[in-house]
Amino acid sequence: MRLITHNMLQCHVKNCNTNNFPLHFQDAQLELIEADFNPEFLINMLPKLEWEALVNTTLQLGISTLPADLPENATENEEFLKLLHNTILETHVQQGKMICPNCNHEYKIKDGIPNMLLAEHEI
Amino acid sequence: MSRPEHIAPPEIFYGDTEARKYTDNSRIASIQAEMAYRALELLNLPEGPAYLLDVGCGSGLSGEILEEEGHFWVGMDIAPSMLDVAQERDAEGDLFLQDAGQGVGFRPGTFDGAISISVLQWLCNADKQINRPKARLQRFFSTLYASLRKGARAIFQFYPENDDQIQLIIDVATRCGFEGGLLIDYPNSRKAKKYYLCLFAGQQTGVRNMMPKALGQDGELHPDEVKDSVVYENKRQIQRRRKSSSRKSVKNKDWIQHKKEIARERGDKPVARDSKFTGRKRKVKF
Repeated sequence: MRLITHNMLQCHVKNCNTNNFPLHFQDAQLELIEADFNPEFLINMLPKLEWEALVNTTLQLGISTLPADLPENATENEEFLKLLHNTILETHVQQGKMICPNCNHEYKIKDGIPNMLLAEHEI
Repeated sequence: MSRPEHIAPPEIFYGDTEARKYTDNSRIASIQAEMAYRALELLNLPEGPAYLLDVGCGSGLSGEILEEEGHFWVGMDIAPSMLDVAQERDAEGDLFLQDAGQGVGFRPGTFDGAISISVLQWLCNADKQINRPKARLQRFFSTLYASLRKGARAIFQFYPENDDQIQLIIDVATRCGFEGGLLIDYPNSRKAKKYYLCLFAGQQTGVRNMMPKALGQDGELHPDEVKDSVVYENKRQIQRRRKSSSRKSVKNKDWIQHKKEIARERGDKPVARDSKFTGRKRKVKF
């Protein structure tokens, strides 16, 4: 699962509606898989990204390359876009767990596929 | 053959063998691809790469089409075997082992669109005793609505069991805020008939939501069916019987000349000279 998708994920346990984002990583194993640079896509996604959550997640994972705030001219800054591309589109979490900060539900990740199935009482 | 969703729950029906069989079958793959293209067309996306959701992505047959068209996709499926096959085929989308009836867990406005190929009918069955199809549909559609950007569409190709099922799905979707309706391609064909549920999540500013036009409404046939059909002419032409007079008459002057030439060449008996009387039309006395 790429970091861009993790930035969009929130917990869907019943009644878990506040503070259910972002999911905290635990024992995460990362892998870098190259992908074609697509600046148009990144520019489209910029307004959807939760920047603070993304920075916190990357710090949690041991990546400290992202700036704390979105740069002003982000759409024209190719260097920044390349960095963003590398971070959110090329970094995959292959193993580990995601914990909801609100209800503490554990979502396990195996071979890059997170298991989002809920227990009976959480539906 | 009974419907697959009556045989077993999807995660069991699509076990390792079936997952492989399904994906290796070229006919299924081509139909899935065609439906994915049609769904993408119905999404009516603006220019540029989009971030899309594939509900019930399975082994990634439809996701591949999204990739080819330059989009980024996230896929969810309940069958682990199908997701394994998707990984083997190097599907580029982010895959999730997820039950759509439990909710779509993404932040509001995440996706530019959603497609689903041959999946929705599975959501209408109560596989486990605790499931209630209506509640599951409600949970699915309400969370999907939230996860879509304003003005985005969700296109579901599915195989409805009956009209009640269609009505149930449309009722729940409408209650969750979706607009839109059912589109039926090639409604007069047994094989090519396909149902697409087209849902609009709100309106793009200044653009009214219009239901897309279905294929095959004016009687045009699906490309695969064109060669099998009988084409009816407008007029019925009465074929005239050929009269026996078209046979060459034996007593023509040309024929007589021809026979005399042959006899002369053969040379075994004398042949009369040609004159103006040769093969002359005589008055019919007899």
